[in-house]
Amino acid sequence: MMKSHCNILIIDDEQVIIDSISKIASLEELSVDSSLLGKDAFKKISEKDFDLIICDIMLPEMDGFQIINELAKRNIETPVIMTTGYSTIENAVKSLYLGAIDFIPKPFTIDEMISLIHRGMRYSKLLAAKKKNVESVLLVPCPAKYYRLGYSCWMNKELDGSVLIGATDFFIKTVEPVRQIELLNHGEILTQASPCAKFRTDDELAHPLYSVLSGNIIERNEKVIEQPELLEKDPYFDGWLYRIIPTEFDYEMKILIPCSSDRS
Amino acid sequence: MFRKIGTKLILVVSVTAVIIIGVFSYFNIERQTEVLRAEVQRHANQLSESVKNATRFAMLKNDRDYIQQIIDRIGKDPAINDVKIMNKEGEIIYSSRPDNIGKMLDKQAQSCYACHAANRPLEKLSMKNRTRIFTANPDSAQVLGIINPIYNEPSCFESDCHAHEPSAKVLGVLDVTISLKDIEKQIQSNEIQGAVFAVVAIVAIGFIIGFFVKRYVDQPVKELVNATEQVAAGNINYKITNLGKDELGKLGRSFNDMTKKLDETSQQLYQSTKMASLGQLAAGVAHEINNPLTGVLTYSSFLLKRTKDNPQMQEDLNVIVRETMRSREIVKGLLDFARQSVPKKSLCNLNEILDRAIAVVSNQLKLNRITIERINDPELPEITADANQIQQVFLNLFVNGIDAIGQDGKITVRTSHTSLSPRGITQIKNAVCGKTHSLIDPQHKIGGMPSIKMKIKSNGNEGFVHLDPVYGNHRHYFGINLDKGSSNTLSCPTCDMSLIDKTAKCPECGGPVYKIQVPNQGFIEGCASFKDSWQRWGYVDAAGEKKFVEIDIADNGCGIPAENLSKIFEPFFSTKGQRGTGLGLSVIWGIIDNHNGVISVQSEVGTPPAGKTGGTTFSIRLPQGNTKSFV
Repeated sequence: MMKSHCNILIIDDEQVIIDSISKIASLEELSVDSSLLGKDAFKKISEKDFDLIICDIMLPEMDGFQIINELAKRNIETPVIMTTGYSTIENAVKSLYLGAIDFIPKPFTIDEMISLIHRGMRYSKLLAAKKKNVESVLLVPCPAKYYRLGYSCWMNKELDGSVLIGATDFFIKTVEPVRQIELLNHGEILTQASPCAKFRTDDELAHPLYSVLSGNIIERNEKVIEQPELLEKDPYFDGWLYRIIPTEFDYEMKILIPCSSDRS
Repeated sequence: MFRKIGTKLILVVSVTAVIIIGVFSYFNIERQTEVLRAEVQRHANQLSESVKNATRFAMLKNDRDYIQQIIDRIGKDPAINDVKIMNKEGEIIYSSRPDNIGKMLDKQAQSCYACHAANRPLEKLSMKNRTRIFTANPDSAQVLGIINPIYNEPSCFESDCHAHEPSAKVLGVLDVTISLKDIEKQIQSNEIQGAVFAVVAIVAIGFIIGFFVKRYVDQPVKELVNATEQVAAGNINYKITNLGKDELGKLGRSFNDMTKKLDETSQQLYQSTKMASLGQLAAGVAHEINNPLTGVLTYSSFLLKRTKDNPQMQEDLNVIVRETMRSREIVKGLLDFARQSVPKKSLCNLNEILDRAIAVVSNQLKLNRITIERINDPELPEITADANQIQQVFLNLFVNGIDAIGQDGKITVRTSHTSLSPRGITQIKNAVCGKTHSLIDPQHKIGGMPSIKMKIKSNGNEGFVHLDPVYGNHRHYFGINLDKGSSNTLSCPTCDMSLIDKTAKCPECGGPVYKIQVPNQGFIEGCASFKDSWQRWGYVDAAGEKKFVEIDIADNGCGIPAENLSKIFEPFFSTKGQRGTGLGLSVIWGIIDNHNGVISVQSEVGTPPAGKTGGTTFSIRLPQGNTKSFV
């Protein structure tokens, strides 16, 4: 039996959030289903195919983290975006660590949600294409000695102890073409799992990139600001964004994924 | 009644007094009686000898009338009961009582018994054996009798009368009995006197002890009990006054110290509990508010998109969107506070951070016509701090200053760097004896830090002393009752090796000096008699004073009333009514505390704008450089 298809599943115990996201999704002409409880959501997932799941963290009975773990256990690869009203760095880190592709704090604006749904849908398509081994999807592999936070932001420790930070090819493919890059200034502080860069695209969307590590910016790539296409051409070398001195390196490394694991 | 310590003390002392005085009086009276009796005995013996001598010549002359006359005469003395002379056979020949003459005495009678007990008369008897005390008639007083044998002498059997044979050894017996009536009276009066003295003494001791116990034990104990009850009931500020200088006074003072410390600790605990519960509250509120805010934000944005042709409505909707975004920032701030994140420190220049903070409020300053005066220390060293958090601190203080001034005024910002003595701020983290046994005792903490433990011997007492681990502080703990100023010996608790430096003397009191090695950091010396607070740590002193960076932010606004000054760092304390959240200064306090810094406030209430005399100055002191070894 062929499962029916739906674009987005929203899991949130607040009806107003479901209504809000549904309305935003309808602007983009996407179909939406929703459930107020985790249990109910799994029933829906077994009935329908979804491109994307947007899931609240604080839920009664089964919370967002339990849901994401349960999905992994059932080998359901639908990308998950976490959202919460209790938007702490810890929640963001934990979400990305557990495999969520993105994190959005409440309350969000329409534009933030639209850009998020865009990335999510693109991600979902890329994932499906990759599965089918479509030749047109050519992902530049992340170098083996690099580490990444979730799928979006990479880091590489240089010999002098400084760390280079950039966006993964996968992430860029979910947002491209990038028209403009907004970076923080030299001397400012990055916090892990907090936005560190903004990628503006032709469709007037702004996509945040969550920093892979915390640290002080000692250099930023002015070249990539001038030529955003560098990002797409060479995301892992010439397309780097920041050079930082990490402040909590040992602690934060624990939640990063080695890029070498992508090869298997 | 016997539960009171005073009653117990009085009872114990009284019983002791009764026993001691009773025993003493008893033996005293016994002794007196004995002495009196011996005196009477001696007197009787002398009398008996006198009678013998007086009658000797008459005896030799065998002048019986004369002898009888002498005896009569002597027997007239009222103290003398009877004087009689018996011959060997027991016949009374002479007596001061005529009716006794010619009577035969039974040899078993009391007066004869001593010699004739063995049926064979003894010839020599000691004075004691010759004496007897008896009651002649049941209703009369006791009498003391003394017999005096009359021995045969050459002059007796050689005299003309030839009354005696030369072979006889004892010719007769002189028996003198003396009435003991007076003596008994005296003994009795002695006994009464003794008993009266004993009773009076016991009562007097009881009263004196009672008074002292009441004054010096009962009242202070009552006060102490009262104080503990007060503290238990929650009156933690209760102070004990006037307990004197003895141990109870000392107890009272340490009780006061204790309640003071307890008060401070409970205040701190209260503060941190408040902070913690506030954090939970903030998190809950943030979570709850963010959901409806999402609705407001999304739907108002939708309306914006839908009403693009209605500029009037667009304007109003923009206000809703803008204000919702503002609410979002406020809730975010609440969450930031709730997390109380660990500062992410880096080297930063405070002058630059101040620049940035001032830039944020510059518009507000302009509107309120407030000028900023900067007194920058051009050589202000960079410090290790979380620039974002420090900026938040400055921003909060500027906003507070602007609120305090209202319109027209001045905020003065001064940065400076200063050095403070290492005393009172440097922790002794390691200390060893000559055999490198560690003296650090993590079990006993002073001011939250492991103390330095040494064995102490003082006045025969032996125990441990715990030194305050902060150089120059003297919150030492003495495990024994220490007589300050006495000569103490201090040694390693592990190997007993002496820690006294015999070559040195305390420069303040001339007493002994202890010397403890701090590995790689020289030695710490201090007054071992603990009479004064002399202490020296050459290594740290040589390193010079510890460096701090200071920032003063002063406004000439309305000032803070003295009664509020102690509360301003508490969460939710606000004088701004509806306008403020009451979070600002407690957050500042937390941030500075996280940076091992200190924030203090001085304020004077003025009446702006007429009399610009008031104002508030916040002073922040942050440690410069490596802060790890500092308190």
